[in-house]
Amino acid sequence: MSTIADSTSGPASKAAPPKLRKSLHAGQGRTAALLVLPTLVLLGIVIVFPLIKAVIMSFQKDSGLDPATGQFVSGGSAGLDNYKHWLLQQCGDIKCPPGTLGAQFYDALWVTLFFTVTTVVIEVVLGIWFAMIMNRTFKGRGLVRAAILIPWAIPTAVTAKLWLFILAFEGIANHLLGLVGISPLLWTGDAWPSRFAIIIADVWKTTPFMALLILAGLQIIGADVYEAAKIDGASKWQTFTRITIPMIKVPLMVAVLFRTLDVLRIYDLPAILTNGGGGSGHATTTLSILVINQIRQGFNSASALSTIVFLIIAFTAFLFIKFGGADVVQRPPRGPSGKKKKRRKSQGDALDGDSNIEGSVIGSIGTGR
Amino acid sequence: MSTQTAATTTAPRETPMGELRQPSTGWKHARMYGGLVLIIVWGLAPFYWMVVTAFRDVDYTYDTTPWPTHVTLDNFRTAFSTDRGNHFAQALVNSVIIGILTTAVAMLVGVFTAYALSRLNFPGKYLVLGFILGASMFPGVALVAPLFSLFSTLGWLNGYNYQALIIPDISFALPLTVYTLTAFFSEMPWELEESARIDGCTPGQAFRKIMLPLAAPGLFTTAILAFIASWNEFLLAAQFSTSKTQPVTVAIANFTGSQPHQEPYTAVMAAGTIVTVPLIIMVLFFQRAIVSGLTAGGVKG
Repeated sequence: MSTIADSTSGPASKAAPPKLRKSLHAGQGRTAALLVLPTLVLLGIVIVFPLIKAVIMSFQKDSGLDPATGQFVSGGSAGLDNYKHWLLQQCGDIKCPPGTLGAQFYDALWVTLFFTVTTVVIEVVLGIWFAMIMNRTFKGRGLVRAAILIPWAIPTAVTAKLWLFILAFEGIANHLLGLVGISPLLWTGDAWPSRFAIIIADVWKTTPFMALLILAGLQIIGADVYEAAKIDGASKWQTFTRITIPMIKVPLMVAVLFRTLDVLRIYDLPAILTNGGGGSGHATTTLSILVINQIRQGFNSASALSTIVFLIIAFTAFLFIKFGGADVVQRPPRGPSGKKKKRRKSQGDALDGDSNIEGSVIGSIGTGR
Repeated sequence: MSTQTAATTTAPRETPMGELRQPSTGWKHARMYGGLVLIIVWGLAPFYWMVVTAFRDVDYTYDTTPWPTHVTLDNFRTAFSTDRGNHFAQALVNSVIIGILTTAVAMLVGVFTAYALSRLNFPGKYLVLGFILGASMFPGVALVAPLFSLFSTLGWLNGYNYQALIIPDISFALPLTVYTLTAFFSEMPWELEESARIDGCTPGQAFRKIMLPLAAPGLFTTAILAFIASWNEFLLAAQFSTSKTQPVTVAIANFTGSQPHQEPYTAVMAAGTIVTVPLIIMVLFFQRAIVSGLTAGGVKG
């Protein structure tokens, strides 16, 4: 904790002789350090410190009875045992027996990845469709925007209970399925229906978020581009794949990045809607649920698992930013001294499309939860 | 995510699009309005079903009549009743306390950082931005084990220890606040600040007297986003709250009915309605604030 504060407070301290070479910006740099420091210290306390503590804990043994082997274990250094426990399925000297939390790791990993791929793909397709509908000129646009914001605004805990009721055995979903001749499903009991229940609820809640981000991207495409394509004889499909998709690529990739990272850490919906259960017992147990379940059996092993989850998410984010074109860090901080200001002045309009994208992308971080 | 609402209300692009669609037929219109109806149904239908059920007699829980039947207020009384160990009223108060304090801390700290990030040039600026962005992607579940062991050592996991909920909430509220405010500040007419400086204001005065009033809509919107984020939080609250400090999301998730193993759906839907309706009102209000804030903030010609 204190080391973080020390390392970052360097430029802020008054006696800073080595900073002479930055004399041009010296005053600004010092002010900036003072303004930025509180945030860095706070984030250091609530994120960096717990993260480091978790890594340290992950190399310690949990004291107590080992649920897998039944032998008493007394703390101490564990080396890589906690990581071997999850990744190599080793409980002590034996392979983790079925039914223990350790044995659920790969099931949890696959179901989390399955949720991630299915929900993000469905949300992108529906989101693009919704955004294209909303991008047209029509009356009652306010009503549509209000309607689409409702799933976004409802707390996930309430969403889970609402879909639990809708998908109850005697609930409205099975009633509607009955009208088209489909026999009622045990939505939160069987393995695949309970997985689809999570997907349905998640897609319902977060497609609006996706649609609104994509809509912001669509609005920067000028009508003249479409007009030119039309004159050149482009088909509708060509217009969509050669103009619309490339033009919205950056906001789309950013939206996909945030949604992907969000689903990789999904907890609320499966925890409340299916309690991680379904099928033989853990059909909807995601990585986050497994961490929480493990905490009741031992902090240190749970820390190893949560560190693995963190690394998976960090690695995914890295892949997106490096190879996926999700340009999130470089875009936002374009100061008013950049070209944006000049362009805004020349247009006399504060709401040029480019700034819209940035505003919406930045403004949406974390709000999709 | 609401800045684009401002763009949709600005006229320039609508006319050419209209011209482009001139040869539209009746069928095309029907298809477009079909899509609009679908979006409205998508957003409203499940929410509508929650509200209808909230007002429906508990003996008719599974009634599938699409309009309100057996209307009663009993479910709201059940939701607030403490007979079965539910403390919904207390949970509402807790959520407000946690939400306001989290938002206040995040705003007080975040506003200065956002100002520096959008206005000042300093070494390591992109590093700071990257760190804050990374923080916003941080999985909350990685905080649980270390903070659980820390908080239990500190004795924070019982009684009225609201800080055990507020401190972890800072981990997502503060990055959100800094980023949203940085976006807002980058859009503001800072020429006015320069004028104020020329007129003899100190940088601090120029910020307080000129820029802060102009930034008010953005600040307000950001505060609402941070409040909604902490109001909706469940994972951390479920681990660090006690029966005294539990917020509404945890209360609703753990709501117990008269029979064990039987969800008291109507009462839960009533509780869900109470929790959601203020949010929806806030969201609609905050949309307007964004639109007016951004359009009013621009320096014209």
